[in-house]
Amino acid sequence: MESEFLATMVLTFKLAAITTLILLLIGIPLAAFLVFSKMRFKSVIETIVSMPLVLPPSVLGFYLLLAFSPASAIGSFLNEHGIRLAFSFEGLVIGSVLFSLPFMVHPIQSALSQVHRSIFEASYTLGKSKLETMIRVILPSIRHGLISGIVLAFAHTVGEFGVILMIGGNIPGETRVASIAIYDEVESLNYAMAHQYALTLFAVTFAILLLVYTLNKKSLRGIQ
Amino acid sequence: MIYINITKHLDTAEGPLNAHFELTINDGEFLTLFGPSGAGKTTLLRMIAGLEKPDSGKIEVDGEVWFDSAKKINLPPQKRSIGFVFQDYALFPTMSVRENLLFAAETTEQRHNVDELIELVELTALSDRLPSTLSGGQKQRVALARALVRHPKILLLDEPLSALDSTMRHKLQDSLSLIHTRLGVTTLLVSHDIAETVKLSDRLAAIESGKIIRTCSPMEFFSPKTLSGKVQLIGDILSIEYDQPVYVITLLAGNSIIKAVASAQEASALKVGGKAVLSSKAFNPILIPLG
Repeated sequence: MESEFLATMVLTFKLAAITTLILLLIGIPLAAFLVFSKMRFKSVIETIVSMPLVLPPSVLGFYLLLAFSPASAIGSFLNEHGIRLAFSFEGLVIGSVLFSLPFMVHPIQSALSQVHRSIFEASYTLGKSKLETMIRVILPSIRHGLISGIVLAFAHTVGEFGVILMIGGNIPGETRVASIAIYDEVESLNYAMAHQYALTLFAVTFAILLLVYTLNKKSLRGIQ
Repeated sequence: MIYINITKHLDTAEGPLNAHFELTINDGEFLTLFGPSGAGKTTLLRMIAGLEKPDSGKIEVDGEVWFDSAKKINLPPQKRSIGFVFQDYALFPTMSVRENLLFAAETTEQRHNVDELIELVELTALSDRLPSTLSGGQKQRVALARALVRHPKILLLDEPLSALDSTMRHKLQDSLSLIHTRLGVTTLLVSHDIAETVKLSDRLAAIESGKIIRTCSPMEFFSPKTLSGKVQLIGDILSIEYDQPVYVITLLAGNSIIKAVASAQEASALKVGGKAVLSSKAFNPILIPLG
């Protein structure tokens, strides 16, 4: 029982960590695109990014399940290459990335839009490329936005339920995360176990948020 | 030598404008682009820097083509040997004064010169401070030093002093003047401040509605050629009061408030908020040094 609890918690945070890392890599260029692009269909992309905020998780989960199923074009293509996304950890990662996308993109987007144009231009006139400017000048100065994005995406993934339930199911050690486990334990009237999961989630997420906000406050002092 | 002949369609607050600038700048010269806001001064500076693209024409610096619409050449700002000082300083907030300068340095020699430049703008004591802890004048001196790190062929200053109070402004004017004499870098300043223009520049290009209407020395531009016994002040009318048997007009000319008497007929042509020319003939000026 105890080892199952541990496996579930490890899986929960592994999923959140991998999701957050992937989101950080996608989120920065995507946020930069949304802030700086003058493309006509930008608002369409902006809408798609924000959809998970208002869409019921079960809707997203349902369509992902259909897409992942071997009966669909995508699913059968992946199946032929030995990739199975429905009821697998990889599938959960994809679902979580899509579902937590706005929580990473929005804070970065808002921080980026506050950086004055002349900061970019000053770096260009000093001979630095766009990429170097981004890495050495812009990212350090929007680190509060990055930290907010990381925290929100991580916490949101830890607390995710609907999407995971739809596409992941409840396979111990593979797709059974803490939020599903709580539901499962309550269903079988095992309140003590449910409590153990719930309290652990509560304590760990509280500690992470507290730590990050304290650090963030310190690092911001002197910059603004 | 820098040769500029470019056109650009501008959308200003006063409506669309077809700007055409033709200008030659000599090596080591301090040239001021002088004119009202919305005339296109800053746009001209930004086009030289490569931050904005002219519609057509040519920019050539020491025989090197930076922009040529006919040959489809348009060097990005990174490839142009420029130092640009922005109105809002544009310092990198997470880097100290020294790190801001080091960021610009590309060669070992430039890296070694960083401390010398910090000394030149009198910021040695503050070199480890973050920009947010500096005053406006200090920030602009950092920006100036940073713009000089790469030994640019041309230093472009976009109203660098406009956000500063008058004490800071004088201090920075002194820094600019010192740097120009010491380093001899060709400098282009955008300004609409007469005192600053006269104090700093060798030559002035007066810009109005997207055209250079005149280039001459600043003194020639601002003062009449011959010594005259006539003084003229232009001021804003602050108040018109009737004080029997005359009217007392209060004018604001520059920073000075002047009261003058006017007849009922003169006063009837004036109104509060308007402008008026106050002139006096055959006066005997008394000049007393200040400070």
